[in-house]
Amino acid sequence: MTGRTGAAAPARAGETALPTWTRRHVLSTEDWSRGEIELVLENTVAMREILSRPVRRAPPLRGRTVVLFFAEASTRTRVSFELAAKALSADVVNISAAGSSVEKGETLLDTVRTLEALGGDIIVMRHGASGAPYFVADRTSAAVINAGDGWHAHPTQGLLDAYTLRDALGDLAGKRVVIVGDVLHSRVARSDIHTLVPLGAEVTLSGPPTLMPLAWRCGAVPRGVSYEPDLDRALDGADAVIALRLQRERAESGLLPSLREYARVWGLTEARVGRMRPGAPVMHPGPMNEGIEIEAAVAHGARSLIETQVTNGVAVRMALLYLLAGQP
Amino acid sequence: MSILLAADDVRRAITRIAHEIVEREPDPSRLAIVGIRARGDVLAMRLRDALRSIAGREVPLGSLDITLYRDDLTRIGYSPTIHRTDIPFSVDDRVVVLVDDVLFTGRTIRAAMDAVVDYGRPRAIRLAVLVDRGHRELPIRADFVGKNIATAPGDDVRVRLAEADGRDEVELAQRVPA
Repeated sequence: MTGRTGAAAPARAGETALPTWTRRHVLSTEDWSRGEIELVLENTVAMREILSRPVRRAPPLRGRTVVLFFAEASTRTRVSFELAAKALSADVVNISAAGSSVEKGETLLDTVRTLEALGGDIIVMRHGASGAPYFVADRTSAAVINAGDGWHAHPTQGLLDAYTLRDALGDLAGKRVVIVGDVLHSRVARSDIHTLVPLGAEVTLSGPPTLMPLAWRCGAVPRGVSYEPDLDRALDGADAVIALRLQRERAESGLLPSLREYARVWGLTEARVGRMRPGAPVMHPGPMNEGIEIEAAVAHGARSLIETQVTNGVAVRMALLYLLAGQP
Repeated sequence: MSILLAADDVRRAITRIAHEIVEREPDPSRLAIVGIRARGDVLAMRLRDALRSIAGREVPLGSLDITLYRDDLTRIGYSPTIHRTDIPFSVDDRVVVLVDDVLFTGRTIRAAMDAVVDYGRPRAIRLAVLVDRGHRELPIRADFVGKNIATAPGDDVRVRLAEADGRDEVELAQRVPA
């Protein structure tokens, strides 16, 4: 039979050719081509459809084991990966640092050897140390997905934010997206930049200078990115805003005068989001500190895509699991 | 290389299949047509149009991408883009006619049946194909066939349809013995 038995289906009119997937791991989107990002987003559309069916399950990962290794607290990302793996019929094993032998002093390398010996085909890991997933990827035959490493990267969040924005705004070329908050300590901000900029968006960072990387604060920003300390000015005419979670300990460590002041100067209020283009969406990676970085009325208002982000997150992770599982 | 079906033959085959479907399922309100991407969905659309002019009724139309239901995820270099599956109606208690261009090993149809039952419980699933080229690997047969063709396992049957390829034609490319 022609088609479907190996030869790629011919592209339809209006469909741009997407690259072949060759990656064995998903560690950061920093070195991805635009085509690779588009390929994941395109497959996410099909995965969303599966999640809307009466039976939210398809069989491609039957017989595969996905190990969720979370050495740092997480509920929504872990559950999102678990739902994604199960929707593709994979077996799921959960290992968290608390209650595992990591607490007894087992090294990361020993833990990884154990995970592999258990038959994990794909390891989804979150770790407090930047770069830990790279260390693991170099030392295992399993595929590794970075679910957040230190301040470095959270590629699946970047991809789900890009998918959500594209779904809401269409083509991101020339669209201006504001990211406000603690950019310095934020792997979400970095991954958002590394996904949105290749898709043509312009990213305006805003937030206290003490919570910006020093070089960026001084003007040496990456391509497609600018820094505007005045949030009102940053929001004027913007196409979307992403508020970052503020860790409460930042105030204790002296980077902020107080949480109350942060909320007054950098919090998303209805008046502030009204400066954006009509209907411009508001996003947040969660979990939110309502009343600090975002007002409840904004978080649950008509512009909020925060719940949509959660649903899209499952679909994006399905697309990545599927692509990685297809690699020999 | 030889032409098995010319544009006129393709058109006649679709019309004949439409008549056979109406004969077998006289109540069009129970019918639904689901095409398998990337050629079956085009044929399904034409079959829906033919049924409209024969039975005078609109039959719901869907399309199916079976990539996620294949049994060879890592065995071949596959095309990883999953196209949208679009079944905008309930399949419960309907007679779902699956439509594909070529019936060969039957593995695609096995995958498509798995996909359809994930959407509900059809009263029956039937199969319509433009070409049956033999060499089944699974116990599957078509209910409606445009043309049966004797082929060797290594031959290539190429279906071209105007909507995707500019013209209607079915061609047999025989394997050249090494």
